[in-house]
Amino acid sequence: MSARTLPLLFLNLGGEMLYILDQRLRAQSIPGEKARKDEWTDVDRKRVMNDIIATMFNKKFMEELFKPQELYSKKALRTVYDRLAHASIMRLNQASMDKLYDLMTMAFKYQVLLCPRPRDILLVTFNHLDAIKDFIYDSPAILNQVDETFRHLIETYNCLSDGEFQLIRQTLLIFFQDMHIRVSIFLKDKVQNSNGRFVLPISGPVPWGTEVPGLIRMFNQKGVEVKRTEFTTAGNYITPQREGSFELYGDRVLKLGTNMYSVSRPVETHMAGSSKNLASHAKENIVPNPLAKEELNFLARLLGGLDIQKPAGGETGFRLNLFTTDEEEEHAAQTRPEELSYKVINIEATQEPARRAELSRILGELEVAEPRPGSAGKGEDLLALMDGL
Amino acid sequence: PPRYRRERALALRSSSSALYNNLTVLCPPARPPRAFGAVHGTTLSLLGTEGPPRQLQARGGGSALSTPLLTQATWCELPARVLLVLTSQRGVQMYEADGSTLVFWHALDVPEHPAAHSVFARGIAAAGGRFICVGTSSGAVLVFDVPPKGANVILSEVLEQHRDPVTDIAAEQGQAPDGAGDLVTADDSGTLCLWRSEEEFTLLGKIPGSGCTCSSVTLWNGIVAAGYGNGQIWLWEARTGQLRAQVSAHARWIYALDLAPLTGKLLSGAEDSFVHVWKLSRNPDTDDVEIQHCHAECVTDTQVCGARFCDPAGDTFAVTGYDLSEILCYGPA
Repeated sequence: MSARTLPLLFLNLGGEMLYILDQRLRAQSIPGEKARKDEWTDVDRKRVMNDIIATMFNKKFMEELFKPQELYSKKALRTVYDRLAHASIMRLNQASMDKLYDLMTMAFKYQVLLCPRPRDILLVTFNHLDAIKDFIYDSPAILNQVDETFRHLIETYNCLSDGEFQLIRQTLLIFFQDMHIRVSIFLKDKVQNSNGRFVLPISGPVPWGTEVPGLIRMFNQKGVEVKRTEFTTAGNYITPQREGSFELYGDRVLKLGTNMYSVSRPVETHMAGSSKNLASHAKENIVPNPLAKEELNFLARLLGGLDIQKPAGGETGFRLNLFTTDEEEEHAAQTRPEELSYKVINIEATQEPARRAELSRILGELEVAEPRPGSAGKGEDLLALMDGL
Repeated sequence: PPRYRRERALALRSSSSALYNNLTVLCPPARPPRAFGAVHGTTLSLLGTEGPPRQLQARGGGSALSTPLLTQATWCELPARVLLVLTSQRGVQMYEADGSTLVFWHALDVPEHPAAHSVFARGIAAAGGRFICVGTSSGAVLVFDVPPKGANVILSEVLEQHRDPVTDIAAEQGQAPDGAGDLVTADDSGTLCLWRSEEEFTLLGKIPGSGCTCSSVTLWNGIVAAGYGNGQIWLWEARTGQLRAQVSAHARWIYALDLAPLTGKLLSGAEDSFVHVWKLSRNPDTDDVEIQHCHAECVTDTQVCGARFCDPAGDTFAVTGYDLSEILCYGPA
C-alpha cells in the first residue's frame, strides 16, 4: 500500500543477510596458511562481504529502489537476494539459499512487529546500516556509497509523519503475514513460541511519546481538571529513558536490527519445523497473478542496476553451506515442506546448451498473457536472459 | 471481579491483516450476531451463522500491479437496507449485506505510476439515514446517496476539510444534543471534523490534530471518543470542541474503538495486546463527562487490530488480531 516501503524492506533484509553470511563465513573459515584450495580464509570472507555490499549499494540500483513503487511478491524479492548472494566468489545451493531467506525474513518480521513506534523501523534500518559500515570500514569507496544511501534515507524518511510510517509498517506486515518459521536462536531466547509466533511482551519501556497506561483525567466545560482516577492491568510498563538518534551518526538506543549472531550464538543449522498455517501459502500458488509481467519489469529495472562482476577466468566459486555438513544440507533440500518452497531455480552462470534451450523455451512461453498458476518463479528466466547479455 | 470471559473462537479462512478497525459485525437487535467480517490482504473473510463462510475480493486490478489491497470493510445499516462496504487501494465496493451481489463500484483516481503519496479509500460509516460516507487518502470524504433499494447509488458530495489521509468515520449512535452534529471524521494528523448530515453536509466544527494519528473514533450523545497512535483515548465535547477527558489507555498504537449505544460502554483494542472496556456517562447535574475503566483483557502475543461489541448493550464483544486466524468472542463472566 505505501509506495515507500521497498527501500526499507530491501535494506533491512539485506542487513540480516550480511549478518548471517558473515557469521557462517567466519564459522567456516580456515587460517590463510593452513587452508586448502577449496577452503575459506579470512581474506576470502572480507572479499565476499565487500563484493556483496558494493553491489547492494550500487548507485544505479539504489536509484531504482527508491522510486515510489508497490511491493512485489516474496518470490520476486527472493530472486534479487539470490543474485546478490552470488555477487562474489561465493556459491549457495538452493537449500542454503532457502534457509538464508527464511532467517532473513523471520528476523525482519520480528523487528517490524516489535518496533515500539512505527517510526522506529527507521532506527532498525540505521542499526543495519551502522553494522554494514563496520563490515567495510577499510574500503572508503564502498563506505561512501553506503553513506550516500544513508543520506538518501534520512532525506526521504525523516520528514514522514507517524501515520505514514504506520502505513509503511502495515504494508510490511501484510508482506510477512502468515510466516511462522521457527528460528532456533529465537526459540532459545524465548522471543518466539514453539508454534512459531513471536512473544509480545507486556512490560518494559513504553514507546517514546507514549504515557504509561493507567491515568484517567476528566475536565469540566471550562477545561479545568475536576477528577482524576487510575486503573491497573497485568501490564508492567515504565517510562523510556531517551529517544534514539535519527542522524547519520548517533546512539540508536533501540537494539532491534543489531547483529544477534556471534561466535557463541551461531546461525542455526537445522530447520526448526514447518509452519502449520497452510492457508495463505496455498493461496499464493493458486490465485493466478495476471500481472507477473509487472514483476518481470521490476526485476529488470532493479537487476539492471546491479553491476555484478563475474569471477575471473579460472577462478572457481567457493560454496558456502548454511548447514553444518553437506549431508545436512542435502537432507534439508529433500525434506523442505512443499508449502514453504520458494519455487526458484538455483542460478548459476551456465553455458550448458540443454539448459539454455530449456530457458529459451520457458522464455518463449512467457510471451503468453495467461498466468500459469503454480509455475516456477518467472524471475529467474529473466535473469537467465540477462546472463546472456 | 472480571466482567467478561473468553467464550469461543471462530475460525477464519485467513488471518487478519494489521489494518485499523479490522472487524465488522452485523448484529441485528435482539438476536445473536448474524455475521462477522475481517480483511486479509486482498480479500474479506465473511463468517455468518447462516451458510458457509465466504470471501470477497478487492476489485479493480486493471493495469496496476496485482489485486489491490483492501483497507477496511464495514456493514452500513440504513433504515431500508444494509450494505456491506469495502474500501481498497482502487476504490469503494458496495455489496448486499450477505456479500452475494455487488451493488455499486466507485473507482478512485489512481495515477498511472505510483506516486510517493499512496492512494486508497479508508473510513466507512452510514450517516443521516440515507448516506454512506467514505474517506480517502487525500483527505476527501466521499458522500454517497443510497436509494432504499436498487443500485442507483450516487456520489452526491465530496467534503474537503482534511489535509491528511482519513482514518475513520463515525455517526452519532445515541441522541445528539442541539448543535452537536451527527457525524465525525478523523485523519492521520489527529484532526477531527464534526458534521451535520443532510442534502448538503455542513461542517460544524474542527478539532485540530497535533500530529498524532487518530486511528479510530466513535460519537455518542454528543461525546466524541478518539483513539490515538500514542495509546491515548481522548473524549471531546462535539458541540464545542472542548476536551473533556484524557485516558492513558494503551501502551501502543490504538487500532479499534467501538461503542455500545444502550449503555455507553466503550471498547478499545491496540497493538499492546490489550482490549479494554470503559463506561462513558454524563453527570446530569454538572454536565461533566465521565469515563471509568470496567475490564481489561490481554490477548497474549497478539497485536489487536479489530474490536467490536456484538450487542447494543455491550455485554458481548469480538476481537481480531494480526496473523490470527480466528475471531475471539467474549461474553459476560
